[in-house]
Amino acid sequence: MKVNDLILQTTTTLLTFIILIFSVYLFFAGHYTPGGGFIGGLMTAAALVLLLLAFDKKTVQKALPFNYLSIAAVGLMISIITGVIALFFDVPFLTHTFGYVELPLLGETALTSTLPFDLGVYLVVVGIAMTIIQTIGESE
Amino acid sequence: MSLIHLVILSPFLLAILVPFAHKYFKSIHTGWFVFVLPLFLFIYFLQFLSTTMNGETYTSTMKWIPSIGIDFAVYLDGLGLLFALLITGIGALVVLYSIYYLSKEKEALNTFYVYLLMFMGAMLGVVLSDNLLVMYSFWELTSISSFLLISYWYHREKSRYGAQKSMLITVFGGLAMLAGIILLYLMTGSFSIRENIANVDVITSHELFVPALLLFLLGAFTKSAQFPFHIWLPDAMEAPTPVSAYLHSATMVKAGIYLVARMSPVFAGAPEWFWLVSGFGIVTLFWGSFSAVKQTDLKAILAFSTVSQLGLIMSLLGIGSAAAHYDYIGENAYTIATLAAVFHLINHATFKGSLFMVVGIVDHETGTRDIRKLGGLMNLMPITFTLAIIGAFSMAGLPPFNGFLSKEMFFTGMLQALEIGAWNMETLGMIFPVLAWVASVFTFIYSMILVFKTFTGKYQPEKMDKKPHEAPIGMLIPPIILASLVVIFGFFPMLLKGVIEPALYSILPSNVLSVEVKIYHWHGFNTELFMTIGVILVGVLLYLTVAKWGKIYDWFPQRLTLNKLYDGGLVALDRGSSAFTRLPMTGFIRDYLVMIFGFMIILLGALLFFTDAFNVNLTNVAPVGIYEVILAVVMVISAVTILFVKSRLAAIIALGAVGYSMSLFFVLFRAPDLALTQLVIETVSVALFLLCFYHLPELSKKMDKLRFKVTNFIISLGVGLIVIFIGLSVNSSKLFESISSYFEAASYKEAGGKNMVNVILVDFRGFDTLFEIAVLTIAAFGIYAMIKLRLADKKGGVKGESK
Repeated sequence: MKVNDLILQTTTTLLTFIILIFSVYLFFAGHYTPGGGFIGGLMTAAALVLLLLAFDKKTVQKALPFNYLSIAAVGLMISIITGVIALFFDVPFLTHTFGYVELPLLGETALTSTLPFDLGVYLVVVGIAMTIIQTIGESE
Repeated sequence: MSLIHLVILSPFLLAILVPFAHKYFKSIHTGWFVFVLPLFLFIYFLQFLSTTMNGETYTSTMKWIPSIGIDFAVYLDGLGLLFALLITGIGALVVLYSIYYLSKEKEALNTFYVYLLMFMGAMLGVVLSDNLLVMYSFWELTSISSFLLISYWYHREKSRYGAQKSMLITVFGGLAMLAGIILLYLMTGSFSIRENIANVDVITSHELFVPALLLFLLGAFTKSAQFPFHIWLPDAMEAPTPVSAYLHSATMVKAGIYLVARMSPVFAGAPEWFWLVSGFGIVTLFWGSFSAVKQTDLKAILAFSTVSQLGLIMSLLGIGSAAAHYDYIGENAYTIATLAAVFHLINHATFKGSLFMVVGIVDHETGTRDIRKLGGLMNLMPITFTLAIIGAFSMAGLPPFNGFLSKEMFFTGMLQALEIGAWNMETLGMIFPVLAWVASVFTFIYSMILVFKTFTGKYQPEKMDKKPHEAPIGMLIPPIILASLVVIFGFFPMLLKGVIEPALYSILPSNVLSVEVKIYHWHGFNTELFMTIGVILVGVLLYLTVAKWGKIYDWFPQRLTLNKLYDGGLVALDRGSSAFTRLPMTGFIRDYLVMIFGFMIILLGALLFFTDAFNVNLTNVAPVGIYEVILAVVMVISAVTILFVKSRLAAIIALGAVGYSMSLFFVLFRAPDLALTQLVIETVSVALFLLCFYHLPELSKKMDKLRFKVTNFIISLGVGLIVIFIGLSVNSSKLFESISSYFEAASYKEAGGKNMVNVILVDFRGFDTLFEIAVLTIAAFGIYAMIKLRLADKKGGVKGESK
């Protein structure tokens, strides 16, 4: 009962990229405007779900051969390590810091240690959302 | 963070790299990467010897959670250093031995060394932490890594059984200790061991003193396998032999000894401490040695021997605690028992470590550990035989080995128990030397069985799985080093003076003016020497006639053993808890929701009622505009739709409409972050629902019943009303200044972020977020495991494994 939905598939391939880029923007924007790791992660997951709906699971798996459980684990690891690094500077676990640096192209940019922590959140959210959706969707 | 913190954490850091080393350097045994670390750490710790010998200590504090008094404070004194040297020294030898013991082709070396390193780091943490809660974390980590190591060959049922048993018993004790730690905190307001020792007067006179003491002892006794908790240790022998040599004789089981020694300055003045520590110690000593004689498995003999030797050290610490009872302690009075305990601790690690390795060699080369099958290996394995002689004779307490010296001092300590002028020791004190002597006789017997049943007698090659020959040299080096130490410490015990003396000062009360470590081989024709001669004479006699009197072991009714009690208790616990769980767990999510919401209504309603929170004040409420009315109408309509639709698909879509309208409310009330989150969540969860559909049964008939509908109606109405009331009363009665102004000011100043919500999430309350993503990850693993395993089970794939 596989339906070959040409319009959906064509638009999805385009849309997914737009959504993905937007989700990355959301992730980085989090510190100043609405967004952040959680929302960015969910947005990415939504884009992937859209792909799953338009194409079948095998095609998506072939195009994006990720093990989402490992992504979640890696994300958790990144967040924990961000917290541990604080210990090396003689401050309690998970103490964050921030500063302004001159970067080429971008000019003066605010960099904060919450960014890698948030990256961990982002990866965990993508990982678990996709794990759950894939395992449940797969069990027939 | 100082270097010593890094040293304690270094095994964990290396453990992260081990799987990569295993993967990318296939041709090299993974053990070689691991071996370097304990060796370096041993050398590192050696340089602290001069510090502790001068009576100084080393401290370094790293802030962890300063607001509740938890700091990773390292405190290195004589006692800690002694243990650190044992952990790293024996650790290096054990890793070297394991390189030859575990084949790199057949075994999962990456997991083995990860567990072993985890254990090593945890053990260093236990003995070097000053903060009790930090020590407790490391303490439980040793239990967990021990569990993983015992179940290393997890396909064997006995390994899993032994692992579970050791975990249940030692973690139970650990939890008791945690309660004891909290009681100590209630008394003195500090988690620091040093501060607690300084406040010993407050603790001793406090009414919580005895409960805290009992809880601490429970932790120590379970860890150190004291009677009646010793039953886990023989089953732990299912672990690979290097593990047995390391964890179950030299280090982890001695954590309980460490705890008793470390807490002695706090508790030792009390008679309860004296009686419990010395009493349980001496009973364990006797029971362990008595049970060892009847074993037929070489490792089982060593396991019971370890139990009994731990009892010996424990009883000595108990007798030694009498020193704290007297106001002034002169030279050597009552300190000799503690001295013997520390000395024997070192000796036991050397001879028991080498004996375990010897047994491992025998097992490795012949394929069996059963003494009924072994025999006559003397000519085939001359080096191993020599090592066995040295180790076993030292264990039996024969000269000129180090075991002789500590055994003589043990007798001295036990005889001294007669002279303690308190706690009825004038009459009851006789128990100690008598039990000590009897236990020594049994120790002598099993030591002889160990050597002579294995290496002399009839050679029966047909009963062995392999053709025996001498072990490779790499496997022999570690036991040779340990056996040499047995001999060296036997001839030159004063070499250890620099290690023992500082350790004694850490254990003994501060009123001890001077401790002089004097260990001599020849101490004249005194009672102790005659006791040893008696042990040898009676021991030889009993060893030769063991076949005749050995029948007394059959007299014990099998049904009354502690192991039967443990197994029965486990089954009963299992049944009881599953019966209890089945009461509320019906398997229908509808029932769970009814329960959750029911409790919510009752609890919140009662709370609002009893605290007079129902005062609704509508003066301060925002005006309702046209958009809000429209959205509210949409939401009500979609919610009502859910009630009446017959298909799940329509219900999901209606539910989605409620969610999307909700996010529009967030937009109206200027909460863009929440609106965005709600929107994405709705999208993803609707997709998820659609996927789940496939598996849900048709809307059941049960839903049409009137009673069901009425219950649902009442509950939904109740939840709605409660939530509305809470919202209104929160708005009406503002008891506190809102903290949002604080976050407004702080989020940019302190965290450099303009998005307040996000700054709170990742920075101010980052810990919450960290735990939330941890929970999410665990949930994902759970869902994955449940669905994948159920599928595999249905296909008949891995049956039994998933259950």
